[in-house]
Amino acid sequence: MISLWIITGVALLVSLAADRRKTQAAAFKGLKMFVGVIPILLGVLAAVSLVLTAVTPRMLEGILSGTGLLPFFSALGVGSIALIPGFIAYPLAALLRQNGASVPVLAAFITSLMMVGVLTLPLEARYFGWRAALLRNGLALCGAVVVAAGMAWVLR
Amino acid sequence: MNSLPVRKMRTVAGKTWPWFLFAGVVVLWAYSLLRADFVFGRKAGENLASFLVEMASVLPPMFLLVGLFEIWVPRKVIERYAGLRSGMRAVPWMILLATVQAGPLYVAFPVAIGLWRKGCAPRNVFIYLGAFSAMKVPMLTFEVAFLGWRFSLARTLISIPLFVALAVAMERLLPSNFRPPALKEPSNRGDGLGSSSLEEGSF
Repeated sequence: MISLWIITGVALLVSLAADRRKTQAAAFKGLKMFVGVIPILLGVLAAVSLVLTAVTPRMLEGILSGTGLLPFFSALGVGSIALIPGFIAYPLAALLRQNGASVPVLAAFITSLMMVGVLTLPLEARYFGWRAALLRNGLALCGAVVVAAGMAWVLR
Repeated sequence: MNSLPVRKMRTVAGKTWPWFLFAGVVVLWAYSLLRADFVFGRKAGENLASFLVEMASVLPPMFLLVGLFEIWVPRKVIERYAGLRSGMRAVPWMILLATVQAGPLYVAFPVAIGLWRKGCAPRNVFIYLGAFSAMKVPMLTFEVAFLGWRFSLARTLISIPLFVALAVAMERLLPSNFRPPALKEPSNRGDGLGSSSLEEGSF
């Protein structure tokens, strides 16, 4: 996080030293893009925080541990909808494993969590259009199944 | 069905829903201040606050970098290393670019559009997004700590060929003349593609 600010600061200073006007144009451009996505970003983050509050770790333990296909598909569903930051998701996954969640279920959960974002679709569609956004998320969901199957085979 | 007032209403709804949702969470949180037993509102507010902090700490520098990138990096460079003819040589570059960054996936969208605008092949844009979501170095250390290196290594090694394949599939499945709506925004001078009316109606 801090390294990002440092890199940006250095880049900005170098750019300023090279060409003041171009730097102003670049900063203005970046700022304009940022301001443009703020409304939709606030809406998406509000939706995410509501879902994250409604779904508790204890609920997930109940849904995702156990055997059979139901926990697997639940993992895909929950992972696709939720947007959980990594520093919460990995401890949660470790907890799920302690409570009996299998490797494919964990892999499906982690992979869909990272690659599929149903709640962020409006944001993604603003950049790429609904067609590409839906296509990418659909393919990523299939990808999560493949990763889970691969993990089950590798870590037998 | 698509008479003018209806379309106008849909556009208005498309523009206002984020504010309503945001205001809704704020109201829930404020209500929890009055009633201590309303845990849901307090937690929702706290979650929203942590997301806002994350957004405020990652997005401003990210967008500044994208702005600098758009002004300074010559189109030729991106075309050479990640353009339509770059082939699989572009893969390590895209992975390198993605893994040094931090944050949730939505942070990567403006960067992806910036790459696209500079002549990066669609396939490579989606390889970048795939690498960004599936294998970030800071997150890997976290994953190893909590799930073990066997799990982490297997997941990463399976994911790399997978997101490359998915990106190739994306490029094939999208029409060859596909251009993301964000490229048509009037903010980029010199692109000349004009009105953003197409995008307005899509919500």
